Amino acid sequence: MSGIWVFAEQHDGKIASVSQEALGLARKLADGLGEPVTAVIFGPDAADLGKEAIAYGADDAIASDDATLKDFRADAYGSLLTQLAKERQPSVIIAGATTRGGDVMGTTATDLEAGLITGLVDATLDGRTIVGTAPIYSGKLMAKVRVSGDGPQMLTIRSRAFPQPEPDASRTGNVETVQPAKAEADIPVEVTGTEAAEGSVSLADAAIIVSGGRGVGGPEGYAPLQELVDVLGAALGASRAAVDAGWIPYEHQVGQTGKTVAPDLYIACGISGAVQHQAGMRTSKVIVAINKDAEAPIWKLAHYGIVGDLFKVVPALTQAFKEKLGK
Amino acid sequence: MRVVVCTKEVPDTAAKVEVKDGKVSWGDAPLVINPWDEYSVEEAILLKEKHGAETVTVVGMGGEATKEALKHAMAMGCDDAVLLQDAAFENADTLVTSEALSKAVQKFGDVGMVVFGKETSDGNSSQVAVQVGRRLGWPTLTYVSKVVSIDWTGGKITVERLLEEGKQSVEATLPAVISVVKEINEPRYPSFMGIRKASKAEIPIWGAGDISFDSTVKAKASWPEIYALPPRVGSVQIIEGATPEEAARKLVDKLIEEKVI
Repeated sequence: MSGIWVFAEQHDGKIASVSQEALGLARKLADGLGEPVTAVIFGPDAADLGKEAIAYGADDAIASDDATLKDFRADAYGSLLTQLAKERQPSVIIAGATTRGGDVMGTTATDLEAGLITGLVDATLDGRTIVGTAPIYSGKLMAKVRVSGDGPQMLTIRSRAFPQPEPDASRTGNVETVQPAKAEADIPVEVTGTEAAEGSVSLADAAIIVSGGRGVGGPEGYAPLQELVDVLGAALGASRAAVDAGWIPYEHQVGQTGKTVAPDLYIACGISGAVQHQAGMRTSKVIVAINKDAEAPIWKLAHYGIVGDLFKVVPALTQAFKEKLGK
Repeated sequence: MRVVVCTKEVPDTAAKVEVKDGKVSWGDAPLVINPWDEYSVEEAILLKEKHGAETVTVVGMGGEATKEALKHAMAMGCDDAVLLQDAAFENADTLVTSEALSKAVQKFGDVGMVVFGKETSDGNSSQVAVQVGRRLGWPTLTYVSKVVSIDWTGGKITVERLLEEGKQSVEATLPAVISVVKEINEPRYPSFMGIRKASKAEIPIWGAGDISFDSTVKAKASWPEIYALPPRVGSVQIIEGATPEEAARKLVDKLIEEKVI
């Protein structure tokens, strides 16, 4: 059993950023384990993306761009990953802790009866065993996690938790094209349409998040936050209170029953910082609070803050960023 | 046609969760139904009320505390409940949990759909639905935000899924496994009559032998160590200014110094 595999996802014709991070982690583990890194890529233009994965740190790549793999489908993707893993016996398989990564890894882990650890934010080696670190209890606690048994060690990593490698176009390696494991007639799922999400930056990938809570006062209160979001190229977040009030759709919710995020900068506007919210954003690198209430729990977590009316402070902040960033 | 909804108990979301003597502690906080499962239970009940399913059965794996989650689901409107309990299920990972749940589903023999919440608020793996679906050999549709249509006799389901990049419309064959997100519905509160019925219910217990659990399936993922996040070092630096504009400019300078802009 040898080889560190990365199941690489593609988004908009490029290797997804979390998959780039997975390739960086695989490279690091490869140096400790003395095993090569193989990128496994399915879907349109998989062979070209295999070359891109090699630039990000893979030694070689396995690609399949068969028509049955055009849309991501857990059964089609997972069955092929399983078949390849049975044939070639990798020791490690890494994927992003995304909807697709979870679906394909869960499928293959079941087929292989292999241990799977999910949502890692760190990973080190103890001999030949990977010891991961993962948030549990929705971010309230952390755990060291590991797998045992004969199968490959399977792990998924959180977006933005591991360093993003710089691509090196001078790296070369073999890209092997393989046939799918399943024929179309044997795949019980059909994707009939997709509708792109509003807003260009997803919370999971955002380097900067501007988030609004009860203090924004209503749906129209997000307008000044959106201006700041636009100037910073950020993503827009929200607390559960604001989502429950119907001011903003659920996909913006950060916290225990929303998304867990770890941006470089988290600007909490009118968010008191309940324990459920903190669980979803406390590992952000720098936290800024803007709040009228000087006693709110958010101040215990924030690195910087302005006590004041967010409807005055946020537009002033937008203006100050515009000036400093020359926009 | 039976719908099975799977659930478990977790500490209340408002609980302060800590580590004491190497174990997870939530103090006096109650154990409640996993918050994501309120949506899956609601959807399972709607499958009966609106889409012609005949019976909704809630299934949980665990001990006495799991009964509270099962009773909550019954109080919301599930017809009956089963508790899976056996020494073989202790210290389960997703491989063991999915083996037990999938075997329980097979034992019923008349299941058209299995419904999960998108994850549990303790393990957060989002894996059990995927692995149950795979063990059953049924299509699994995760992160479902809308059940568009179900044709039990034709064996077809159409749903919308909420993914990172947006909404996806998908058709699949039945029987199927789905996991649902919060957008899918507004969970009802347990009714007074529902609570009375649930409190009187005798919940049958199925052990490993009852469901033909494959004892060669072993847990392979473990948490050898749990710990609290280190508290944040230092205290907040409040930026002051004569006007909001002045404070804002000072804050921007600080953030540029921090290299996060």
